[in-house]
Amino acid sequence: MFDFSVVTTWIDEGLRSIMPAAGAIAIECVLIGVLLLAVYAVFALVLILAERKVCAAFQCRLGPNRVGPWGSIQTVADMVKIITKEIISIRHVDSFLHNLAPFLVIIASLLAFSCIPFAKGLHILDFNVGILFMIAASSIGIVGILLAGWSSNNKFSLIGAMRSGAQMISYELSIGLSIMTIVVLSGTMQISELAEGQNELWFIFKGHIPACIAFVVYLIAGTAETNRGPFDLPEAESELTAGYHTEYSGMHFGFYYVAEFVNMFIVAAIATTVFLGGWMPLHIPGLDSFNHAMNYIPSLFWFLGKSIVMVFVIMWFKWTFPRLRIDQLIRLEWKYLLPLNLVNLILMVLIVALGWHF
Amino acid sequence: MNTIQSIIQELCPQAVFVQTENEPLQVSLSAAQLAKLIEPLRHNAALQFDYLEDLVGMDFGERLGVIYRLYSTVHKHRILIECQAESRQEPELPTLSHIWAIANFYEREVFDFFGIHFIGHPDMRRLFLRSDHIGYPLRKDYDPESNPLKLEDEFLPDDTSVYVEHDGKLQVEGHTVFEKDEYVVNIGPQHPATHGVLHFQVSLQGEIVKKVDVHCGYIHRGIEKMCESMTYPQTLAMTDRLDYLSAHQNRHALCACIEDAIGLEVPRRAQYIRVLMDELSRIQSHLLFYATFCMDLGALTPFFYGFRDREKILNIFEDTTGGRLIQNYNVIGGVARDLHPDFIKKTREFVNYLPNVLKEYHDVFTNNVIFRQRAKGIGLLSKEQALSFGVTGPSARASNLSCDVRKHNPYSIYDEVMFKEILYPNGDCLDRYMVRMDEILQSLSIIEQLLDKIPQGDFCAKTKPVIKLPEGRFFKSVETARGEFGVFIESHGDKYPYRLKFHSPCLPLVSVVDTLASGNKIADLITIGASLDYVVPDIDR
Amino acid sequence: MEIRKPKIKGIPYEDFKDNEYIETLRKNGVGVVLGNLDSVINWGRSNSLWPLTFATSCCGIEFMSVGAARYDFARFGFEVARASPRQADMIMVAGTIVNKMAPVLYRLYEQMADPKYVIAVGGCAISGGPFSKSYNVLQGVDKIIPVDVYIPGCPPRPEALLYGMMQLQRKVKVEHFFGEVNRKEPKSHRFPELRPEEQPVFASKYQDNE
Repeated sequence: MFDFSVVTTWIDEGLRSIMPAAGAIAIECVLIGVLLLAVYAVFALVLILAERKVCAAFQCRLGPNRVGPWGSIQTVADMVKIITKEIISIRHVDSFLHNLAPFLVIIASLLAFSCIPFAKGLHILDFNVGILFMIAASSIGIVGILLAGWSSNNKFSLIGAMRSGAQMISYELSIGLSIMTIVVLSGTMQISELAEGQNELWFIFKGHIPACIAFVVYLIAGTAETNRGPFDLPEAESELTAGYHTEYSGMHFGFYYVAEFVNMFIVAAIATTVFLGGWMPLHIPGLDSFNHAMNYIPSLFWFLGKSIVMVFVIMWFKWTFPRLRIDQLIRLEWKYLLPLNLVNLILMVLIVALGWHF
Repeated sequence: MNTIQSIIQELCPQAVFVQTENEPLQVSLSAAQLAKLIEPLRHNAALQFDYLEDLVGMDFGERLGVIYRLYSTVHKHRILIECQAESRQEPELPTLSHIWAIANFYEREVFDFFGIHFIGHPDMRRLFLRSDHIGYPLRKDYDPESNPLKLEDEFLPDDTSVYVEHDGKLQVEGHTVFEKDEYVVNIGPQHPATHGVLHFQVSLQGEIVKKVDVHCGYIHRGIEKMCESMTYPQTLAMTDRLDYLSAHQNRHALCACIEDAIGLEVPRRAQYIRVLMDELSRIQSHLLFYATFCMDLGALTPFFYGFRDREKILNIFEDTTGGRLIQNYNVIGGVARDLHPDFIKKTREFVNYLPNVLKEYHDVFTNNVIFRQRAKGIGLLSKEQALSFGVTGPSARASNLSCDVRKHNPYSIYDEVMFKEILYPNGDCLDRYMVRMDEILQSLSIIEQLLDKIPQGDFCAKTKPVIKLPEGRFFKSVETARGEFGVFIESHGDKYPYRLKFHSPCLPLVSVVDTLASGNKIADLITIGASLDYVVPDIDR
Repeated sequence: MEIRKPKIKGIPYEDFKDNEYIETLRKNGVGVVLGNLDSVINWGRSNSLWPLTFATSCCGIEFMSVGAARYDFARFGFEVARASPRQADMIMVAGTIVNKMAPVLYRLYEQMADPKYVIAVGGCAISGGPFSKSYNVLQGVDKIIPVDVYIPGCPPRPEALLYGMMQLQRKVKVEHFFGEVNRKEPKSHRFPELRPEEQPVFASKYQDNE
């Protein structure tokens, strides 16, 4: 299996051989930053197009098909448009916070994005509490949303932001606990080691019942965390026009729009990494020739393939279910998911302590 | 002399009665006499007029006044009460809003159009026109040029005035709609969930709705005033644009009213065609209801399913009438043109197609646990409330109030077809939804019964080139997809109506929103609004 | 069977058929670099016209039909209907605008971010339509906001709506982002061919504010 660290080490050594270490690190930082932003933007464009195509398929429509072959560069046109669109400065808003909020959202999303291990050796941030950092970074986004709602001087925005606050703080718990369940099983918080640890068997199979429960809980909570249907209350179109970003125009709105879609991918990527083996191919203990054959498929494809399936499932949710009401949403978390999660965690601890996993 | 007349005579010896054959009793009263009579009309055991069908403001020339049409669901009798105000400069009449809740909105409408003050009315504001509108447009001496376009935002006062009579003198008292420190959110006029341009001022406490104040009139086009200067065939075009989803049925009502007035016999074939088209429009309206209801609840995919199947009906319409949404198909004496040769084939295909799709709808949406929790027990409308608010149609039938005009007062050939009036017991959003879903099946069964029996013959009766109605008051109501749509014509023997009033089924629906939504959440307000399924241009006219 | 070519005044048939065509109506010519940049921006803008969900009456239902499965304006990239005017690119005035609604429509238009476009859908929005004699109806929305495309009909068929949107795309494609005529021009100059007293209401009002 190809290890991308070969490439990164080669670049690193090449740079160090021609300049002092500090200069090499500076160049690498810039390079990685640019690369990260570029990949982020491309992912956003592809995901938005995918969403529009998938929803069209669910709704017996065709979806975008005029701009480029099969509408493939529709979102590029959208991007060009939204970059050149006016950003309205509104009177009677807290303009500093109003302008800061979208950047907070996009920074949080970028930080979380940079933790994703795309393939063997292809990750940017990787340290011993990586998964904890990822959860922490991704929840900065809620500050951006709350600020947006508060600073907009718009009642719809405020209601949307308050809903969002209640929702995200609640579901953060479920996300953390369901990932903790797997951390108990794997014994590590480092993202690369999480992936490596699934060499024998993916965690969802290894931890059987509690891992499956944690996976389902994670998927529900993750969908809620990204403010997507059926949990899209903060921007519930039929209730609050556009929720917390009602007053944002141009690229500021674009940041929210982009962050929503990439956050969806991040949720799918975490699900992939933690439960479905990350970039690790499908290995079944005992079938060595099968495992060997699977290793020939590059790890990047494994990762993206699994993530795409997860993204599709999250889209499927959105286009199938009606929206929940705020009390149902909170009840679902505090009365059902949280107790279930706690019991599940204890179950997992017992299973690990007694060695009952595969 | 019948019982109603004798009871009223006893209470008001000066009342003037007009009794014609096959027409309800008409009574002329003065304002003071009406004030005495309000209580007995509602509560006298022999009268029990529990349903205020309509309240028509009228400019009688010398004086202004109101014609009340009351109906008793207990005794099944009807009465027309004419009441003229004393002076034209300061017209005053007693309010009925404490007895019949719907009178609140009707009286505001009359105040808006005629400037009649209703004494004791809790909230005498304009309903349709801007608060700074000058003059009263439906008075005959109104100058249409007096209100040029204003681009300033309309001022919505938080305080209104109540006219109360103390010791024979009229006094104005204050009435507060919203307190200063209330968190008031404007939902509408441009909002995705108001189904058009309706404006709710909602007072919130967190997520809980405390009070809803409805502002209508963002699409008030003054159709009733325009009709007064139109010949009868011209007025037909206006009906399609009231409730555009029941275009056929609205037009049917006006055609039938004019035909009854001039005593025109409509050919059997035309009657069959009208009923077929009525039922098809009912189905397409209910399909649109399904689509928008689901969308308002956040389920976006069913929206497209509803529209997909609705297009099939529009195809059938288009073949025969040439129009998709607005067909201009009914004319006085019949229909404008004969059925398309493919009509029967296509309709039969559709009738066979839809029931299976409905099962799919129920699988996708109705049985969804989230939907059930959001709709069950939300927005309860009791039978008594429905009656008092004058709610008709599917929304009332969900509250177990039998009110189908097709059953109670069959028009056209509805007495020859078999169908069931769908009634549900609870009166919540889920029941209102289920009533409409079940009504689709009933309409399909009506179509199936009629499809084979369409008689040959003329599709339109011969009419005179100029249609003049005899002097008198004419009334006709039909059952549209939203409830009872009534047409009231006051004719002075001219080729123009003296007064043409459309009784909209949607105004009562909007008037109950406050009652239903108070105490629920914002999301429930949207659900309630969607389940009532009002069409805003029909409210505003 | 030969298809009869529709004859539309001012538009040759080939152009009418081919939506990718970019008109060369730029009178004074453009610079190579800026002109190409303009083309890219106009390509983006014209292919991503997000409508505001705005409808007052009958035409609104046909607008919904265009969004639904059979006509599906998502094919052109129009389907991202925004409920907030800040994020919308065009407003389809679908339905009658009455005097009470006119300030609201005007405000909605002002709330939209540049570049913004207006399509007047149906007889009512164009001229008052069947209600033009009424005391309360605005005789065409172009009295208060500048209209880019008029779509006649009562209500127009969904195909007509699609055609109108495509015409708006054509119109967007000959605009200038750099140089002379961007959308951000002072509003009082929107109708240079009119004398000051003939300028529409919105123009004078805007001048007062500045």
